[in-house]
Amino acid sequence: MKKLIRNKGILLLVILVLAVGLLAAGCGGEETSGSGGEPYRIGAVVDISGNSSSLGIPERDTLLMLVEELNAKGGIDGYPVELTILDNKSDETEAVMAVKKLIQKDVLVVLGCSASGTSMAMIDSVQKAEVPMISMAAASSIVEPASQRKWIFKTAQSDIVTAENIVQYLKEKGLTKVAFLYMNNAYGDGGKTAFAAAAGEQGIEIVTEEKFEAGDKDMTPQLTRVKASGAQATIIWAIPPSASIVTKNYRDLGLSMPLIHSHGVGNDKFIELAQGAAEGVILPIGKLTVADQIPDEDPQKQVLQEYIAQYQAKYGMPPVSFGGYAADAFNLAVNAIAKAGRNRGAIRDELEKTNGFVGISGVFNMNREDHNGLGADSMVLVEIKDGRWQLLQ
Amino acid sequence: MKPAAGWEKTCSVFIFRGVMKDGYEHGRQERGVSMKGKGNYLVIALVLLLFVLPLVVDSNYILSVLIIMGLYTIVVQGLGILMGYAGQVSLGHAAFFGLGAYSVAVLTTRLSWPEVFALLGAAVVPGIIAAVIGRPTLKLRELYLAMGTLGFGLLVHIGFNEAHSLTGGPSGMSGIPYLTLGHLVLDTDFKFYYLVWAVVLLVMLVIKNLTASRTGRALRAVSESEYAAESVGIDTAGLKLKAMVFSAVLAGLAGGLYAYYVTFVSPATFGFHASVQFVLMAVVGGPGTLAGPAAGAALVVALGEFLRWLIPLIIPGAGGEYEIIFFGLILAVVMVLCPRGLGTISSYFPRFSGEGSTKPAGVLPDIKDKGGIP
Repeated sequence: MKKLIRNKGILLLVILVLAVGLLAAGCGGEETSGSGGEPYRIGAVVDISGNSSSLGIPERDTLLMLVEELNAKGGIDGYPVELTILDNKSDETEAVMAVKKLIQKDVLVVLGCSASGTSMAMIDSVQKAEVPMISMAAASSIVEPASQRKWIFKTAQSDIVTAENIVQYLKEKGLTKVAFLYMNNAYGDGGKTAFAAAAGEQGIEIVTEEKFEAGDKDMTPQLTRVKASGAQATIIWAIPPSASIVTKNYRDLGLSMPLIHSHGVGNDKFIELAQGAAEGVILPIGKLTVADQIPDEDPQKQVLQEYIAQYQAKYGMPPVSFGGYAADAFNLAVNAIAKAGRNRGAIRDELEKTNGFVGISGVFNMNREDHNGLGADSMVLVEIKDGRWQLLQ
Repeated sequence: MKPAAGWEKTCSVFIFRGVMKDGYEHGRQERGVSMKGKGNYLVIALVLLLFVLPLVVDSNYILSVLIIMGLYTIVVQGLGILMGYAGQVSLGHAAFFGLGAYSVAVLTTRLSWPEVFALLGAAVVPGIIAAVIGRPTLKLRELYLAMGTLGFGLLVHIGFNEAHSLTGGPSGMSGIPYLTLGHLVLDTDFKFYYLVWAVVLLVMLVIKNLTASRTGRALRAVSESEYAAESVGIDTAGLKLKAMVFSAVLAGLAGGLYAYYVTFVSPATFGFHASVQFVLMAVVGGPGTLAGPAAGAALVVALGEFLRWLIPLIIPGAGGEYEIIFFGLILAVVMVLCPRGLGTISSYFPRFSGEGSTKPAGVLPDIKDKGGIP
């Protein structure tokens, strides 16, 4: 009996030693020797699993595809790019540890994260270590105020861009009283703030404001209040599945005023889950989804079509806008490294100087005050017709 | 093994005598171990290692992992008191952790309190809330208590999301300043590491003394049988409440430090998942032992980090969905080999545990195989 227990003890000790040893090996063991062309190191922290995995997976796939292509072409000036992608499991604490790990590995640029919360959590670490970071998330607070975000950039259109597009549409149609519904999380919250600001500037009145939880299955009560509010249009800031459910409820209640969604519903999942109720929904969206409909003289047209063809060939399905954010982040980073070399500070300066960079999400024009660099023209309004995205002229 | 309540009442005095005797022996044994040569050296060596480590490893990453381990250790130490000594499971400890973090965030950014006072607030606020909710909640037992604390955790989480003007809602709060002690600004992992582990050691010292005291023995009696403890005049409700408040204060303190470390808080960090994570660490480590919480926190964090690194090397681009499989497997193996938790590991090595006892030091043996039943 005693012997058995002692054996168990030894086995346990072996396991522990192995675990610690392996951790140590993972931490700093594999130093690549500099003889055969020291690679340029880029790190990415992506929400591959957990709540934001629907964003993170297409981003990861895009990054893997692009780095493979770049290295096949000979990398940057003949040196390969070594891309390390770590999963933060959609958890803020894990994101902090992951980014410290990348910084320790001497990456030149950090890409990520996919969601706003995880991106925000990494800011302090990268600023302290003076490493440029390019986020793929929406919240404008990631890059604002610019004076406190020296090393932070982002590629996804901010909520403000979406809000401006919607407000512009409302103004053109002469709609001044609107109902605003949003999902109760960081995405809906950011949208509410941005829309209220944009609407206020243009004299559009929000007559009622309702929210719902991401997991809610029925939004009829909120919509009943919308019906009674005397609004001329309804704006909903949410992502599927709740965005689809609220749209179905909207049709079931027989509400006939225009229904405008945010770019959060910009994937086929929304149409599929809404089961026909999505017909006639209007939303601003990145040009990727309607790449075949935008005019040929649009500067992005060629870039978009190349990306779509490449992604389609590799993964057998069309890309979604999240993949586009990752592609822009990767290309901006590679572009800056090609100009600045192995100096993190110089790379940051190059990123800030980005001008006229034609990406998937728009044409980037960054400066000291604007570390996103996308204007209202980076989005277009579309209407859902026959289950497809139709560009509004 | 929980005997039926009626039976328990009739035999309570006998059992309790056994418990008290064992509790006494345990205290003696524990002191004996640390006084005796090898155990003592081991502790000193570990503390020295902790102290020297940052001087040797020049890696903010490893330091950050150790800092997070330290923060979780503080939480789990408190949870260990509640689970291991008072015998109460809490599925809402992330709420106290979060209340601490949000106390710091609100007090520093909204009210411009000095950082040290805000950190005190981070310990006091969850303590007060635990005292307020403790009385009604601790009337519940076992599963019902777990449900009650679960509900509390969810409520606090909703509160973080909804109290927009105070907490910034789901978007969280950024711009929390660094902790400043006098002229020392704790703005690097290096400095923060020493602060966190100093707090950990302090907490462990307090707990070591607490558990060896009269209160500690009384707590232990409560964990074995509330009825028995009550029948010999222990104020079980009061003790459980104290344990609850104590563990809430520790969780809040850790949360406050977390806020100063990451400088950003959002409700997502303090959800149900985090509560489960804390209970997991406590169980893996072995609640009711001194080293257990540290071991549990260390294993869970290290395993997560190790797998994060290892899995993409095997399957490029793979994420947490694969990690979880390995994580589960390894945890299952640990629990099979060491069912009382990692904190009892030393008892498997007769040479280190002094008396060659096969009973893990620091954990009560089942009452059943004590001679308490006539």
